[in-house]
Amino acid sequence: MSTLKETINVTLSQDAGQDEYQYPAGVTTLIVPRDRFVEAARVMKTSDARLVAEWATDETPFGRGFGIYACYAKGPEYLIVKTDVPVEDPVFPTLTKKFVPSYRFERQIQSLMGVKPVGHPDGRPWIKHEDWPDDAWPLRKTFDPSIYMPRVKGEYKFIRAEGEGVYEIPVGPVHAGIIEPGHFRFQAVGEDILNLEEKLGYVHKGIEKRFETLSWEDGARLAGRVSGDTTVAHSLAYCMALESMAGCNPPERALWVRALMLERERIANHLGDIGAICNDTAFAFLLYQLSRLKEILLRTNYKLFGHRLMMDNVIPGGVSVDITTEGIEEILSELDWLSNEFERLAIIYDENPSLEDRVRGAGILTPDTARELGVVGFVARASGQPLDCRIQYPFPPYDRIVPKMTVLESGDVHARAWVRVEEIRDSIELIRKILDTLPSDGIKAGLDVPAADRKGFAVVEGWRGEIVYWTQSGPNGGTNRCMVRDPSSVNWLAIEQAIHGNIVPDFPLCNKSFNQSYSGHDL
Amino acid sequence: MNVFSPLFVMCLQFIAVLFAAPAFAGWVRMVKCWFQGRKSAGLFQPYRDIFKLLNKDVVLAENASWIFRFTPFLVFGTTVLAGVIIPILSIDLPLSATADAIALVALFTIARFFTALAGLDIGTAFGGMGSSREKTVASMSEPAMLMAIFTVSLVSQSTSISHMVNVIAHGEFVLRPSLAFALLAFILIALAETGRIPVDNPATHLELTMIHEAMILEYSGRHLALIEWAGMMKLFLFTTLGIALFFPWGIAAAGDITFLPVAILLLLIKLFFAGIGLVLIEIGLAKMRLFRIQEFLGSAFLFATLGLLSYFMLE
Repeated sequence: MSTLKETINVTLSQDAGQDEYQYPAGVTTLIVPRDRFVEAARVMKTSDARLVAEWATDETPFGRGFGIYACYAKGPEYLIVKTDVPVEDPVFPTLTKKFVPSYRFERQIQSLMGVKPVGHPDGRPWIKHEDWPDDAWPLRKTFDPSIYMPRVKGEYKFIRAEGEGVYEIPVGPVHAGIIEPGHFRFQAVGEDILNLEEKLGYVHKGIEKRFETLSWEDGARLAGRVSGDTTVAHSLAYCMALESMAGCNPPERALWVRALMLERERIANHLGDIGAICNDTAFAFLLYQLSRLKEILLRTNYKLFGHRLMMDNVIPGGVSVDITTEGIEEILSELDWLSNEFERLAIIYDENPSLEDRVRGAGILTPDTARELGVVGFVARASGQPLDCRIQYPFPPYDRIVPKMTVLESGDVHARAWVRVEEIRDSIELIRKILDTLPSDGIKAGLDVPAADRKGFAVVEGWRGEIVYWTQSGPNGGTNRCMVRDPSSVNWLAIEQAIHGNIVPDFPLCNKSFNQSYSGHDL
Repeated sequence: MNVFSPLFVMCLQFIAVLFAAPAFAGWVRMVKCWFQGRKSAGLFQPYRDIFKLLNKDVVLAENASWIFRFTPFLVFGTTVLAGVIIPILSIDLPLSATADAIALVALFTIARFFTALAGLDIGTAFGGMGSSREKTVASMSEPAMLMAIFTVSLVSQSTSISHMVNVIAHGEFVLRPSLAFALLAFILIALAETGRIPVDNPATHLELTMIHEAMILEYSGRHLALIEWAGMMKLFLFTTLGIALFFPWGIAAAGDITFLPVAILLLLIKLFFAGIGLVLIEIGLAKMRLFRIQEFLGSAFLFATLGLLSYFMLE
């Protein structure tokens, strides 16, 4: 079986040039002419690759125009296809006919970078709201973030359904509970949902733009704040991308401590999420009990790492805190306790028929739809997609401790909860293995500022799924572009599809079983 | 004898319904917290909530009509009125001759009808959704409720609640299968009528799943206080009605009104256990899917009908 790179080279032959400065070594960037960009996508589609991300860069500091990048993946291989777009003609051919996720990526490119996807079926802005002027493109270098933006009148046209008895339910962005803001527009007949349309972007903070003004060290801190509940995975992905670019190899111990933190983050969030799913069916007992377990884990984090969520503990070149022998003992004994408590609660979840009646068969995301949408993480694994970049694209130390992949086919709320139950069990085992074989070299390596126009790339399996960072250094060693792709960016699409055939009062439960990040998506 | 005149008992019951209802709601919440392994906010938290809401300003939607403003008072009024025709402490109530079980159901129905109208009145999607769901539930729970009460009334040959209670409490003790069926039906109906798990979740913040809460989502300040208070009274009334119909022993009889202090004490004990029983039902169940409610209330109706039939066949 040929790799994606070979396939694309065969088809596009002399048209595909390789970018010499893409790191790490396993990732290739092929530069293709603009008129062959779709051709490359077609080849990728026929080789069963999925679209990981699509983004644009402003490369005017290097004397070029805009760069449009599409990242594809299949198994262990990640391939980036780039095309150059001149400043005076900022258009590129759309990939929406080949890949569904490009639908939103390209709307985002158009809204924020002002490069138009030709042939895109939807010209509405995405993330950038309609009260910003059409020609304000914040990711362009010519955009001055310090000036006050004049507000304009605009209207966002939702998809309408018409007919007798059809009505519309606008929900959010401000909700009755303390959750992140997002707007959902339902078209319904009685309690049956005809269509659901999301509108996000209410927590757009300009993070990608902000990266460009920060030093690499501060960038790691900002990455830790892209989505607060995934702080370890995000800062880890950022640091890995940076390290690949700068040629830095963190000491072994640092890598293992990072994995330790990553798994602890996974356990804590999965615990909270399973509880929250139960709470949405009014089965509050499990919420309180699982929240208790989560809280105790977070307190131990605070004690051992100085922060409940382990924010800013992953830094470029290593980690900021080491773990002591007593700390290892404490974690190990806590794991025994946790494992015992968790198994008792898992039985309650598994054996309550009224709960089962709610979670089974609700919000089904079929494996076919999941593949088509290119979803990642536990959402993908609950819908029959064997995707886990700890296994398929292992970053150290996962090349030595192999996680167990749980794949379920049913794609309902129960599957998404149960994948997480299994992952908690597996993460507990992983932490035991990590602590068992923790190497004893240092925790931090020095890091040189990368040379100009180097590109770094990293994927990390956070608790929500595959997090992708792509960084590009600027002419002065700063950041020219830092692309963040939270798993939410693709998984949000899946909720719209999973909700078909469900009733209105089941939406919160379905939504909770996905629990995607608004902040990570809106950036 | 004349100290405990019927009018005095009625006033006492009026005060009890008004002020004991929040405490009972507090008790249910308290027990629930304990069962979930949490600390509770205490028995008196509902009073604090009501007091807080009474002191807050009312925010009214611009297009709210008189129905929206009038509904909280109407709901509160009808609930209090229901409180003085249910024999909670004594069966010797002055109003019991004028209002029977059917009138009681009608009182709750009026309150519900106006709440549903108020939900529609301000024109938000949630209000309409809540009203539609509430009426769906009501269309199934009200007939079942009447059937359950008719089963009990067959025993006493009267639809007067006081008379029914009197026959069961002070008549000869007989084990009646019809009453067992009626009790089962009543419990299911009471869960639906008072918006408890598994039919509705009084504690949820999820707008899309709400039934009763969705209708009153736009209420604030003293309006909300009255509606919340009426909700607590409704829970209290359904509990005491259940106690009166199925476990009336100890209630003060007509000529035996000096028994009142004992009746109060026994009522407290019964409420103590009723609260625990309610929590035991709620804690072990998830809220059911909306379209399971008709099965749930259908079985309530079935139980009530079985009770009715078993009366004729067995008794």
